[in-house]
Parts: sequence; C-alpha cells; structure tokens
Amino acid sequence: MPYPEPLKKLIEKVEATRPARVERKLKEEEFPPLKLEERDPVLRNFHPDFIEGTRREIKVGPSKGYAISNEIVDLLEARSRVNPYLVSLSKPDYETDVLVIGAGGAGTAAAILAAENGAKVLIATKLRHGDANTMMAEGGIQAADKVGKDSPYYHYLDILGGGHFLNDPELVYTMVQNAPDAVKWLEGLGTSFSKFEDGRMKTMHGGGTCRKRMHYAADITGAEIMKTIRDEARNHTDMIEVIEFCPAVELVLDDNGRCAGAVLYNLETAEYHYVKAKAVIIATGGSGRLHIQNFMTTNHYGATADGIVMAYRAGVPISFLHTVQYHPTGVVFPEQAEGILITEKFRGAGANVLNIHGEQFVYEREPRDVEAACIIRECSPKGRGNGVPTPTGKFGVWLDSPMIELLKGEGTVRKEFPGKHILFRRFGIDISKEPMLIHPTLHYQNGGLDINSKCETNVPGLYAAGEVSGGVHGENRLMGNSLLDVIVFGRIAGEQAAEYASKHTESGYANLDHVKRYNEELETAGIEGERIAPMILPDYSNPEVREKQLTKDYFGTLS
Amino acid sequence: MTEPSETTGDLLVPIFFMGKRYNVPASLTIQKALEYAGYQHIRGCGCRGGVCGACGTVYRIPDSYKLQVGLACQTVVQSGMHLMIMPYYPGNRSIFDIEKMSGTGGEIAALYPEIYKCIGCNACSQGCPMDIDVMHYMAQAIRGDVPGVAETSFDCIMCGLCASRCPAEEVQFNVAILARRLNARHRIPRAKHLEERVKEVTDGKFEQPLRDLMSRSTEELKELYRSRESEPQMTEDDWVPLNARYV
Repeated sequence: MPYPEPLKKLIEKVEATRPARVERKLKEEEFPPLKLEERDPVLRNFHPDFIEGTRREIKVGPSKGYAISNEIVDLLEARSRVNPYLVSLSKPDYETDVLVIGAGGAGTAAAILAAENGAKVLIATKLRHGDANTMMAEGGIQAADKVGKDSPYYHYLDILGGGHFLNDPELVYTMVQNAPDAVKWLEGLGTSFSKFEDGRMKTMHGGGTCRKRMHYAADITGAEIMKTIRDEARNHTDMIEVIEFCPAVELVLDDNGRCAGAVLYNLETAEYHYVKAKAVIIATGGSGRLHIQNFMTTNHYGATADGIVMAYRAGVPISFLHTVQYHPTGVVFPEQAEGILITEKFRGAGANVLNIHGEQFVYEREPRDVEAACIIRECSPKGRGNGVPTPTGKFGVWLDSPMIELLKGEGTVRKEFPGKHILFRRFGIDISKEPMLIHPTLHYQNGGLDINSKCETNVPGLYAAGEVSGGVHGENRLMGNSLLDVIVFGRIAGEQAAEYASKHTESGYANLDHVKRYNEELETAGIEGERIAPMILPDYSNPEVREKQLTKDYFGTLS
Repeated sequence: MTEPSETTGDLLVPIFFMGKRYNVPASLTIQKALEYAGYQHIRGCGCRGGVCGACGTVYRIPDSYKLQVGLACQTVVQSGMHLMIMPYYPGNRSIFDIEKMSGTGGEIAALYPEIYKCIGCNACSQGCPMDIDVMHYMAQAIRGDVPGVAETSFDCIMCGLCASRCPAEEVQFNVAILARRLNARHRIPRAKHLEERVKEVTDGKFEQPLRDLMSRSTEELKELYRSRESEPQMTEDDWVPLNARYV
C-alpha cells in the first residue's frame, strides 16, 4: 500500500532537509562516525545481543556451558527426529565420494570444485537448488583487487575492526588472500558484475570499509552469483547429482570416528534415506527463521540451523554464536514486505538515515552492529524516542533513497536498485521520489561450527563452509563478506573434501552411536520435553487451525 | 461473504486454492494467506522476498476470463480469486562448456534451435512477474544480440512462468541465463586489475604484511585500524592513498 497521509506529512520534513544534506554530501562533509571507544556503550545499551535473559548456557555437547540465544539452545537441547535404534545403515540408498548438505552459495561452489577435482558429488538440499540466503544477498562481494589503492592488508584490518578484533586470524587471512581469485572465478563463469566499459569492476563502500571494494551486480548480487554457479553445476550432471526436498537430519559416523555420510528425510514421501559418503560438507547456511527475540528476518524460508544441530551432535564445537547480526535496514512498512532486506548499498551510494524530524542521527556507514544499535536507540522510547510510527504500531526511521538521484543523477535508483524499485512499485511507492521506512531486522548468524582454514572440523571427513561456520567474521560480519565467505570457503571445502575422499576409500562400520550418546546426555542433564531438531521448516500456520490438527499417529505421508 | 478474523481483526475474503475455498484476511499475500489457512509450504516457497522464483502463481479474478500471474510472496489476495502455485517447470536445458565458447548469437541458436519457433504472441511477457519484456529478448536472441538478451533479461528470477505460457514450447529463462553468462564471460572485457592482483597474491606480495598483522596485539591492531586512511565517498577510481606501502 502507498504511504498513508500521516506518513506523507512526515516525509515533507525529510524533503525539507534534503537539499542541505545533499550539499554537505557533495562537499564530503559527513555526519561524524562514532569513535572506536564510543561504539561500546551504544552496543551495550541498545544492541539486542546485550538484552538480559535472551541467552542461556548449553547444558550438553562439545560446547557445554557456552551461553547463546535461547532459540538456538532450544534446538541443541532437542531430540533427534529419528530413533537411532531403528535406522538401518546396512544398505545405503545412495553412495558417493562427497556429500554436500545444502545447495546455496557455499554448497554449490563446493560441489563444482569437488567435481573438478575428480569426486562424484551428491548435493542433498531441503528446498530447491539455490533456495538459500545467497540468493537473497543484495549489496555485493568484497575483494581487495583495486591495485594501487587497496590490498588484502586493509581488507584484513577492516574485517577485524568490524568483528571486534576477535576473529580467527588464519580464517581472515585465508579469506582476504583468496578474495581476488574468488571474484575472478565468478567473472570467468560469466557472472554479470557491474563494470566500466574497459572491464574494470565498479566497486563501492560498505559499512566499516576503508576502501571501495564492494563488487556488485546492481542490487541483486547474490541472486546473480547464485543463478550463475547453479547453472554451472547443471553443466556437470555427470559428476554432480542434486536431490531436492531431501534435507539431511543426522550425520553418520563410522567406528573410527570419521564421517561416513548422512541420513536424509524425503519431505514428500516421508522416507529416511542413508547416503554413504567418503567425505561430507555441511553448507546449510544460517538460522534467521528461528526469529531470535521475535525479530522479523531477512532470511530464506529454510534458514533453521539444521547443520549446526547435526554437527554439534557429532561432536563439532561452536563459536561466535553469542552474537547475532541485525541488519540495520529491513522494511518496516508496508507490512506485506516486512523484514525484507534493504541493501546497505543504498547507504554506500550516499542515502542518509533520518529520524521523525528529518534529521541525521548516525553516520550511515558504521559497521552493521553499531548502525543497528544507533537506529534502535533512535526509535526506542528508552532511547531518544525519535522513531517514525507506522500504521501497525511499530517504529522505523527513514532511508532517504531520493538523495541518490540528486547525488548521482536522475534514474540512478531505477538502474542501480532494480530489485527494490520493483518491490516498492508493487505497493505504489516510488523509492526514487519517496524515502523508505526501515528498522533493524534479523539477518545473519555471525558464528557457527568451528573450522580451520581448510574447512576441516574436528571430525575427520567432515567439512563446513559458509554461514554455518564461525570465526572469520568474529562478533560482527561486514557487508559483502558473506558472499565472499561462501565462495572462498565453499571452493576450499570442495577441493579438500575431494582430496580426502580420494585418500580414504575404505570406511569402517557406519553407525548413529553419537546420536544415542547425545540422547543419553540429554537425559542425564535432566532436559525434558518433546522438542525435536533439526527444525527443517518454520511453522507459520494459524494457531486456530493447528489446534484442529489432531493426527497423533504418523502413517505414510498423511501427517 | 466477509467477516473479521479472530486473530488479525482483518476482513476475511474467500480465495480458491486449486479450486478449494479458504477464507483469509484481505491484507495478506497469497503465501501468508495459505499459511493462515493452515498450510506449511514445502514446495512453492523460497526467499519470501520476490527474488528466488519458487512461488510463481497463476490466478484469475471473478468475472474475468483472463489469467494473471504474480509471485505468491508478493501478491496480495483478492476476494474470489482462483489460484495455483507453479513450483516447478520441466523446461529443456542444454549442457555447454563456457570455456570453449566465444559468446556469439549462433551459440545460443545451436543450443536452443527452438528459439526460431517463437511466434511473437507475447504471452511470455504478459506472464512475467518481474515485468521483463521476454518476447523482446527472445527476438534479440533470434537476431543473435547476446548483450541485448543479457541486458533485457537481467532481473529474471527463473520462475518458469514464461515457459508455461508459451505455445511454441520455448524455455526462455534458460536462453536468458545462457546469454547473460556468454555476455559476461566473452563479450565484456575481463577486469585486468583482478588478473594483476591475483598474480600479486600468488607471488606472495602480501604474505609478510599480513603475517605481521596477525602477530600484532589487539591494542596495536586497534591503533592501525584507527589510523587507516579512508577513501572518500564521492571520488572515482583514481583516488590514491598517501600511504602506498601496502597497496
């Protein structure tokens, strides 16, 4: 729906301050960024990570005692979907060299590289190939490849500053050094990056960058990358098989403690299948659909932390899951689009963030956690109380997209942000003329499974890559480093898993003993209840309907 | 026909999902309306934000014979609408090796000779939820205009609705991605700075500076972070930092 009259009145205040703000921007007079030491108090008082009572310690497993979001602990303290005593592993339904769990950016990049390195690959995925957060990433992919003004050195520094200097140095080193080659690989596969006529990549700033190193494909960079690598995977049907609507629900280990495959659940026939594999790559992505602290989310329908649950049961520790990334700018009006991501690229292109008075209150290119905390402070009655009220009783702030037209020429918004332009046009809002109303939204799982720079976990033969892993982003990821993460580490995982599979052709006795042990550990810890995990899909059905869904015994697919 | 919902307070309107009637709040998208009705989507639901192509939907509103299309996650329900979500389309896809190609229009025609069967009926363009002029890019493909197809089809989400409406059995979305890949790989110049930088990395140019950073204390890193130069917002690529030691 278009903006109602009260909001239109408030937009006039934005329009009133716009000419002066554009003038300042053209003179490089920016709103002062917070100093490093000023960031901490804002985060502590207003970032959702610091709200009392929203985290608790995990009572079981390899990272027992680690306090993370209640919603994730709920899943880690849940029972398996299968009865480990009933699953037969004597006759595999599928056999492969490398099993890739998840078919987003990391999984697809891993599959291509594993196949190129001679491995037969099976991709098992919950939804369709490409249904993933990668598809939804908008802004860009970082790589320090502008010779003469940027280098992996500065990329490294920026990443550490964004991650509160706690990132795993080896992982960061690996990512920044491999970044230019990752982008070159994508270019070679035919990814339509935005370029100058001579072939130079167009690059821009993101929050927390000191050099313009964000490469992009208009405002649908992730979709462009995902469509391209998925298409490439489809050129390798001899080596890569994809099974859709078949999420993995447990890993299978052998009696030497090595990963030996996984149990899949066919969502449509309700069968469980055993895939025997010489190496397994977990690339299941993030967890936005857990709606941590009831936040709306930018994430894909399937982002439910399945890989974390499976690998944790198999003994893989987790880290940096105590921080969650809230993207500063998600749609808060119109309601139909609530939670949808508004790329940071708008701010990179110069759009100001403004309160109800049409005034700036934050530098628009702070790292994401700082930017989000400042916006929450502006909206919150406990903070400054300068939020713009929406018709549904929420608060937001303005993101002044029409400014970009004045800074970079008429038609720029339509050209550079076609995805968002069409989205808002469907609701009768022209974002080249009217600002967007935004609020922070649950966006990214900063942490995850512990891996080293070869994507190895502590379980031999088990690899992880992409959002499911943790360490490279420390406590807070910068824009453009998740698309980079999935491509760099996806490729490494594929290579490494293929090599491992070629060397470990014999496997031991396959079993689910780790699941039995985990269940026992839950009993011993006194954890009760009937929660099961992985969650697989969120349930948004109407509670009134759910009360009438009375089936007790499961028979075939008639649940 | 309408009554307020107990949970949302919104007016309820009837919709017919594959012919079956449900009363749902009038303000919801088709996707959320079906969830309201009790469905937990398995197929036909992906990004929920209009970019992934999982929920292409065909619908008809009362008193009209016309079929309309939209994405279930983006289209608000209308009273009396009949609808079907099309989560998959069995379109033909040709296999190719992009390394061995050169980006000509002939290569598209060789992989998809059926493009010449296009009868120009425009059902594809009318069936595109992204408002892409599909028929136009098919004409560009027939003319061998690879960059043209790439540009016209850039926003394609590969939902398959175009192909589902096509009397000539074209698979427009696969033609489009082939053209975009050929264009980006073979027609647009490669980025020389990428090549150069990859070589510098391989030659070990940044090895020492990075290892040095990795051995620093947090306090030293903070100081380096604070004092790093920032490229101005409005300058173009010609900006050069004062300290060029590490670039």
